[in-house]
This record gives sequence, structure tokens and C-alpha cells, in this order.
Amino acid sequence: MIELLIILAKIILIVGPLMGAVAYFTYAERKIIGYMQVRLGPNRVGPKGWGQPIADAVKLMFKEIVVPAQSNRYLFLLAPVLSIAPSLAAWAVVPFGDGLVLADIDASLLYILALTSTGVYGIIVAGWSANSKYSFLGAMRSAAQVVAYEIAMGFALVGVLIAAGSLNLREIVLAQQGGIWHWYFLPLLPLFLVYYISGVAETNRAPFDVAEGESEIVAGFHVEYGGMAFAVFFLAEYANIILVSMLVSLLFFGGWNSPFEGIWGLETLFGWVPGLVWLLVKTSFFMFTFLWLRATFPRYRYDQIMRLGWKVFIPVTIVWLLVVGVAVVGDLPPWWG
Amino acid sequence: MPELQNLTLNFGPQHPAAHGVLRLVLEMDGEVIQRADPHIGLLHRATEKLAESKAYNQSIGYMDRLDYVSMMCNEHSYVLAIEKLAGIEPPLRAQYIRVMFDEITRILNHLLWIGSHALDVGAMTMFLYAFREREDLMDCYEAVSGARLHATYYRPGGVYRDLPDSMPRYEPGKWRTQADCDRLNENRQGSLLDFIWDFTERFPARVDEYETLLTDNRIWKQRTVGIGVVPPDQALALGFTGPMLRGSGVEWDLRKKQPYEVYDRLEFDIPVGTNGDCYDRYLVRMEEMRQSNRIIRQCVEWLRENPGPVMVDNHKIAPPPRGEMKESMEALIHHFKLFTEGYCLPAGEAYAAIEHPKGEFGIYLVSDGANKPYRVKIRAPGFAHISAMDYMVRGHMLADVVAVIGTQDIVFGEIDR
Repeated sequence: MIELLIILAKIILIVGPLMGAVAYFTYAERKIIGYMQVRLGPNRVGPKGWGQPIADAVKLMFKEIVVPAQSNRYLFLLAPVLSIAPSLAAWAVVPFGDGLVLADIDASLLYILALTSTGVYGIIVAGWSANSKYSFLGAMRSAAQVVAYEIAMGFALVGVLIAAGSLNLREIVLAQQGGIWHWYFLPLLPLFLVYYISGVAETNRAPFDVAEGESEIVAGFHVEYGGMAFAVFFLAEYANIILVSMLVSLLFFGGWNSPFEGIWGLETLFGWVPGLVWLLVKTSFFMFTFLWLRATFPRYRYDQIMRLGWKVFIPVTIVWLLVVGVAVVGDLPPWWG
Repeated sequence: MPELQNLTLNFGPQHPAAHGVLRLVLEMDGEVIQRADPHIGLLHRATEKLAESKAYNQSIGYMDRLDYVSMMCNEHSYVLAIEKLAGIEPPLRAQYIRVMFDEITRILNHLLWIGSHALDVGAMTMFLYAFREREDLMDCYEAVSGARLHATYYRPGGVYRDLPDSMPRYEPGKWRTQADCDRLNENRQGSLLDFIWDFTERFPARVDEYETLLTDNRIWKQRTVGIGVVPPDQALALGFTGPMLRGSGVEWDLRKKQPYEVYDRLEFDIPVGTNGDCYDRYLVRMEEMRQSNRIIRQCVEWLRENPGPVMVDNHKIAPPPRGEMKESMEALIHHFKLFTEGYCLPAGEAYAAIEHPKGEFGIYLVSDGANKPYRVKIRAPGFAHISAMDYMVRGHMLADVVAVIGTQDIVFGEIDR
């Protein structure tokens, strides 16, 4: 009983801050993109607009959820749940520090891969059940896109698996100990890029937001959603962005390891900084790049995304898997051997 | 086996990329367009018919509202037609002012075009950058006419009034501190011409800035190169004008080929594309902004040195000055007649076309000798362009439809009239 309560407390400790982070990430997005576009962003609700996410949430909660007459009612309401459940469940295995993890399972990398690919069912079901042509097109695009990018993403993770010799996220981070040159982004640079870009595509963010495609199919799969049902899709999308950013820092950027490890002077100077802070700093940087991409790039066309996925990413990852394999077998220093 | 049917998608009129009220009925095989059928008329306001029941001068304001992003150019065509029929020529200074504001309008139009085109293709930031520059040009409109959009500044026989000697300035208040105002007023200390000159000084660098975002951007190129290709002979057959025609490689510009006002005294180049795709039309319009900037600078230099009248001295057409009306009975009668009855044009017909930012914008005016037109026909460039929608998007994907709508630079005010 007590054990169950402790687990429950841990879940709340993860989901609570995560929801707060999602809420203020939307605020950060509007502010940062605002400044990039020579405007101010939200600044009316509360001091400096800090109340904006709360005002948005309250407004969305009090809106009616309109279910289209010709839709499949059950699937229509189930879709947001299908979308957010995996993106929250994936956090169970994410380590925030050495031992700071809800479920320290052996195959946590596999678990994450499995759950992040389940998230797309929410999108497909949402697009199909709404019985709208626009959302149906969005769902079809999303289905095709996820097949292409899931493969590249999986191969990129296989590279990490080969390099670290473990499927456990904690051990993957521990294998990168010993300074910035031990982090996997150096030997696995192409895999890191493929993983990050696939992550952007996976979360339906610009420039890969064809499933939403605002100027083509209006809002794509969630065009018929309003109120909290719409907000749940948004929560899932932003929780996924944070998850991908955190995974990139865990898998390729040494997780909670300090970047100054092994550098004389700096190591002791920054010795007091807790590992969690380093992890959050790295994660925040990648979250920022998501926004940066959105403010900079035009949107890909749907077939061009497919081409990028199948003809560029998958060959690149397969070739680099061979390179990594040879390097691991040959004990290439400083990462292996 | 079940019968397969193409997907019919109703694109617009409530659509973020429909540029107003375009309704496209798309027949699609998956995402590939088989047939595009533009439906127009949702913004029809019967401008041509309205003009038949009003004195000539009272319709100038309607012309602003045709293509509501290049207001003064519409007016220009209308007043040129009246002047042609009446046989009057505005003073040189008025011609220079008109040319300068035509080019300011061209930049205004192209800025809105690049903003919305890029937004349609997904590059959001471009839109807000373009609006930053538009703001300054809107202030120029406001300084001469009092209105930011619908200026009604051109008149048959000249322009409504001379350029102001001072620019309106920001004042501190609830939203702006003194420091903000000082910064904003920095280039507003002199006359309107100084303000425009200051704008032309920084504008080329701003165009370069837009180009760094788009011109060599791989995604932008993938989305525009080879999309909506129109070969030159086809472009002519479809009735294209303006940047749409020049993008296809046909060197045709009314400012050079049939110079009106003072365009033959000014130095500028006509950019021409080669492939006739969205990317070439993009490059053509970007260069046109630079050329317009060049023309504005020449006009500012001339206007600074040559003060003079901006309206013909013919009180049958142009109102007499206020002061004169207080003393001269004749002037008072002129004023009264002009603002109640208007003026009569000799029976006949005239066609006046100008190089509008979107293409050839023409007014065909028929007069039966009364104080209002017998018939006004507006030749709107966008109408011919949107007619080519089916030709341009057939076989492309849904996302390309949006790019083509963007590249056609459609504004519904002029298409529906």
C-alpha cells in the first residue's frame, strides 16, 4: 500500500512539473517567436504576460466540445486520449539523474520507441473519425510520415544501443561519462542529426507540420476539435517536444553529466552544479531550437518529406550503423576501448 | 469491385490561404489535383455600376477599394482615363508625385505579397518583417491624404494637395514613453520627402534581409522551383500581365512600352524571369521592389528642387483655392458647381492603362456628354490570372495550390470588383 502511494507520489512529481513546463513552453514559444518576428508576444495577462497560459487553459476548459454530426462519436472523443496517454507514459522511464527514475527497466529505450510511435494512432483516429475531408487528408499524411520517420528514428537509436551496449537509458548516460568528448554526438553525429530531425517530424512541428499544414488543410487532423479536446492534442504535442529534447540530451549529449568534466579548473569550478540542472539546460536548448526552426523555415511539401525520410535518412543511418559497428569492434578511442 | 471516385475538396472561401474569399472546388486524386475550378463573386460590390450614377470625381474613392493593397495605382488609372477624355494634362510636379506614390504603392503591394506568399508556404516570419516596412509607407499615405489605406489622393488634373512640409510625430502617452517617441520620431523631423528618402536609404538592405531568409533556402526552392510553370506563349495566351508575364520571360512593362506620366524621364530596369515558375516570379517581384526604390529616389530628388503647382489651373475641373473663394464670386460659383454638379466630359470613349503592381490595370470610360460616366469597365489583372488557376495547378499537389495562389498575388477586391 505504502509502496503504491510512493509510486503515485512519484508520478505526480513527474506529471505536475511536466504540465507546468508544457504550459510555460507555449508562453515561451509565443514570446521567443514574437521577438524573432520584431513584435512583443503576449504581455497583457499578469506581469509580463505570465498569466497567459493560465488564461488560455481556463478559456479552453470552459469551451464546449462540439462533436460533428456525422462523426464517429466514440472514436472522436477517444482520439485525444490516445494521443496524450503515450506521450505521458513515456516519461516513466526517463532518468533525471543517476537513480532518479520512476521505472528503471532494462529495455527503456525500446519502451520509449514503442510508445512514441503509438502516439500517431491518436492523430489517425482523430482525422478519420471527424469525417471531414481536411482532417482526413491530415490523418493520411501523418500515417505516411510516421512510417518513414519511425524507421530512421529506430535505426538512429540502434546506433546508440550499439555504442553504449545497453538499452537502459541510465546506462547509456553513464557510458558517456568523462567529459564532453565522450558524449555520443561526436561519433554518432549523423545519427544525432537524423534522430533530432525525425523527432521534429514525429512531433508534427514546422517545417514538417504537414499533418497540421495550416495554410493547406487548415488545421489538419484536429480541424474539427475545440475546447479541451483540442487542448489535449496540444498538451500531447508539447509534452512530446519536451520528451524528444530530453531524449536528445540523454542519448547524445551526456544527460546529467557536466560538460566540464575532465577539464582542469572548470571541473571544480562547476562541481557544485547538480546533474539535473545540466540535463534541464541541455533540454531547454533543444526545446529552443524547435521554436527557432518554426520561425525560420517554410513548410515542406508532403511528398518532399517522404523523399527526405526514405531516400536520405534511412540510407544515412544504415551506413553509419556499419561505421559505428566497426568502431565498437575495433575499440576506437576515446569512446570505446 | 467498388467504383473509385475522385475526392472533391471545397477549398475556401473560409480558408487561411484563400486570400480573402476565393472558393476553389478541387477535384483530387489523393493529393494530386485533377481539376481546379475557381468560383468568384463573393466580394462583388458592383463598382462599375455604382460609378455610372455618380459624378466623375465621386468614384475615385471606389477605385481605392478595388485592389485594396495598391490603392493609389487604381486611382491613377481612373484619373488618367478622365484626363484623356477631358484633354487635360496635370502639371509636371503632380506627375512626379503620382509616379512616386505609384512606386510606393508597388512596394506596399509587393511587401504584402511576399508576406502572404511566404506565409502560405509556411515561412511565418516573413509576414511580420514585411509589415514592419509597410508601416512606414502607410505613414506616407497618411501624411499626404489623411488615410492609411483608401487615400483618394489623385484627382483629374493633378493631386489633391502638395506634399506636406512636416511629418506627424508620435506623442508620449499611456503606451509610449518619451524615449520610445524620440526613437520613433528620429526620421520624422523633416518633411515627407526627407522621411521617404530615409526609407529608401534603408529599404534595399531590408530586401536583402528577406532574400537571406528565402532566396537560397532549400525548402523555399523545393516549394517554388518548377511549380506552376507557364511558358511565354501560354502566358500571353492566358492574358497575363505584370510580374506574372515577366516571370515567364516576356519583357512587357507599360512603364517602358507605353510610358505615361514621367516614366520616360526616369531610369529603371525591368526584371524578367526565364522559367516561368513560382521561383522566377518571386525573384522578379523582389527585383521590382529594388527598382521601385530607385524610381522613388529619383522622384524625391526632382521634387525637392522643383516646387510648383500640383493641380491644373482650370477651375472647370479643379476646385479654386480656398482664399480665392472668399473674394471672388466667380471662384465661389466654380466651387459650387464643381461640388454639386461636377463637370461634364465630351461624348466619347477612352482607355487608360497603367502598370499596376499586379499587371495591366485599365479603365475603359464611355461618356455620353453628361456629368457622370455612361459606362466604366475595369480591366483587372487578377481576373486573367485567376482564370489560369486550373492550367497552373493541374497535376500538382494540394500544397502547391497554395503556392500558386500566393504567386498569382490575388486580391479579391479587383477580381470581383
